[in-house]
Amino acid sequence: MRKDYEAILEQVAHGSRILDIGCSDGQLMELLEKEKGSEVRGLEISQAGVNACVAKGLAVIQGDADKDLGLFPDNSFDLVILSNTIQATMNPHAVLSEIHRIGQRAIVSLPNFGFWKIRLLLALKGKMPVTKDLPDTWYNTPNIHLCTIQDFADLARETNFAIKAIMPINGEVRGRSVTKTGFFTNLLAQKAVFVLERI
Amino acid sequence: MSRKQTKLTFDKPLVLDSGAVLEPLTVAYETWGTLNQAKSNAILVCHALTGDQYVTGVHPITKRAGWWDNVVGAGKLIDTDKYYVICANVLGGCMGTSGPQDLKPDGKPSALDFPIITISDMVRAQAMLIEALSIDKLFAVIGGSMGGMQVLQWIATFPDKVFCAVPIATAARHSAQNIAFHEVGRQAIMADPDWRNGDYLAQKTFPSKGLSVARMAAHITYLSDVALHNKFGRKLQNREQLTYGFEADFQIESYLRHQGQSFVDRFDANSYLYITRAMDYFDLAETFEGSLTKAFGAFEGAACVVSFSSDWHYPPSESRAIVRAMMAAGVHVSSLEVETDRGHDAFLLDEPVFHIALSGFLQSQAEAKGI
Repeated sequence: MRKDYEAILEQVAHGSRILDIGCSDGQLMELLEKEKGSEVRGLEISQAGVNACVAKGLAVIQGDADKDLGLFPDNSFDLVILSNTIQATMNPHAVLSEIHRIGQRAIVSLPNFGFWKIRLLLALKGKMPVTKDLPDTWYNTPNIHLCTIQDFADLARETNFAIKAIMPINGEVRGRSVTKTGFFTNLLAQKAVFVLERI
Repeated sequence: MSRKQTKLTFDKPLVLDSGAVLEPLTVAYETWGTLNQAKSNAILVCHALTGDQYVTGVHPITKRAGWWDNVVGAGKLIDTDKYYVICANVLGGCMGTSGPQDLKPDGKPSALDFPIITISDMVRAQAMLIEALSIDKLFAVIGGSMGGMQVLQWIATFPDKVFCAVPIATAARHSAQNIAFHEVGRQAIMADPDWRNGDYLAQKTFPSKGLSVARMAAHITYLSDVALHNKFGRKLQNREQLTYGFEADFQIESYLRHQGQSFVDRFDANSYLYITRAMDYFDLAETFEGSLTKAFGAFEGAACVVSFSSDWHYPPSESRAIVRAMMAAGVHVSSLEVETDRGHDAFLLDEPVFHIALSGFLQSQAEAKGI
């Protein structure tokens, strides 16, 4: 199982109502239904993803995180999941505020632009870093709002979320979960999974 | 008509939303496939404004393929080897179900004495048919456009009788623009001197011109600007230059005239008035304290809401309103907005993305139901 999925599943109470934003072909939704008896809804922008989900019997809405979160009523979910998507949205602040409105808790995973390799690439080459995880060039990347763990923690607090846990992930290795952002977490984590709770 | 219609006439009257009582009620319908032992494989297909019960196979009047022949049939997407497919002519229609051409006790056609009907009345008439066919619960109710309105009404009125629902290219209420286009059509019919205040059957005339214009105006709303441009552009009809007259110089004019003329051969003018009125009156939320969410509150099945990007008749925004309400009601809802330039009529055409999704949805639901 993917390490970020594993980390997410650990955070889910049995029978929760969950919204998976950017659910792709519904792999995580299926896991949540099977392993956790969750009642899951998905939001997905691609036709291929939506069709794959519908064929699996999953309840998925075709739509865009930037535009269509208004479809979901206030407090309609126990948990909202946003995997590897926040950095690709037009307005991360608005998206996180919408998630705050919709769900009690949120799990947000993102690539960490503060990772030492990225810092090093930028420092030494003086060019926007291109890595295995972030393989696009600056002019054609969908990731228009890259940030560091520190940056995202600031935004979470600003949108009235309490940070319950930050789980660093490096490749296939999960680091020890922390509750506060620190210099070393921000330096050493390639990706992070944030567990947020409404204040 | 080349063969006998299948019809049921009920002993029970149908009390209409208007308060009027319809008696006797007759429903004309077609079926394909076989109802299984558990009676769990029935699909009700609901037809649109100008559709009828001849979904697939050769239409007895037009001699052309039925309106959803590409989707419904043996081995097709809605497989009649697997499902028992039912389609009934709607109340107010002109293919055998009770409508304004019914004879009154005095032997004259009802014409405008026929009571005003609603989408909800249509659905309750269908429910009587389903009961008569001894089906407790439909596996699926599927329909596009006005058929989609009936699907929405079904899960609102009979939430326990539907396992899954597919409303396509539709809306939960008629917009001012929808009503406006219908009113143009109705006025065209009524302005035809041969309409005779609705009494044309008794007076042996027919408002062909009016009905034809109504169809022409409506037909424009079924197509997108891009589709019209791609198909016709400013191309001339069988001529090299403009005639400087009012003949059908342009292909689009000729096409619309043809659409209008062929329509009057198979449709009744008063039926057109009654059914468009029923659509105009449709506002599902209104009957549920103004809340569409309440309308879907009792439905425990799954729904797949489909819209088409270039449909300006029932645009994707109308489907989003349906999805939002279903989401709030806790319905197991999926939705897709198919990217196409073919406008409202896309739901009748070969749209692979739509068909893949519909097929996937039905298969997953059939698995869940064990058929």
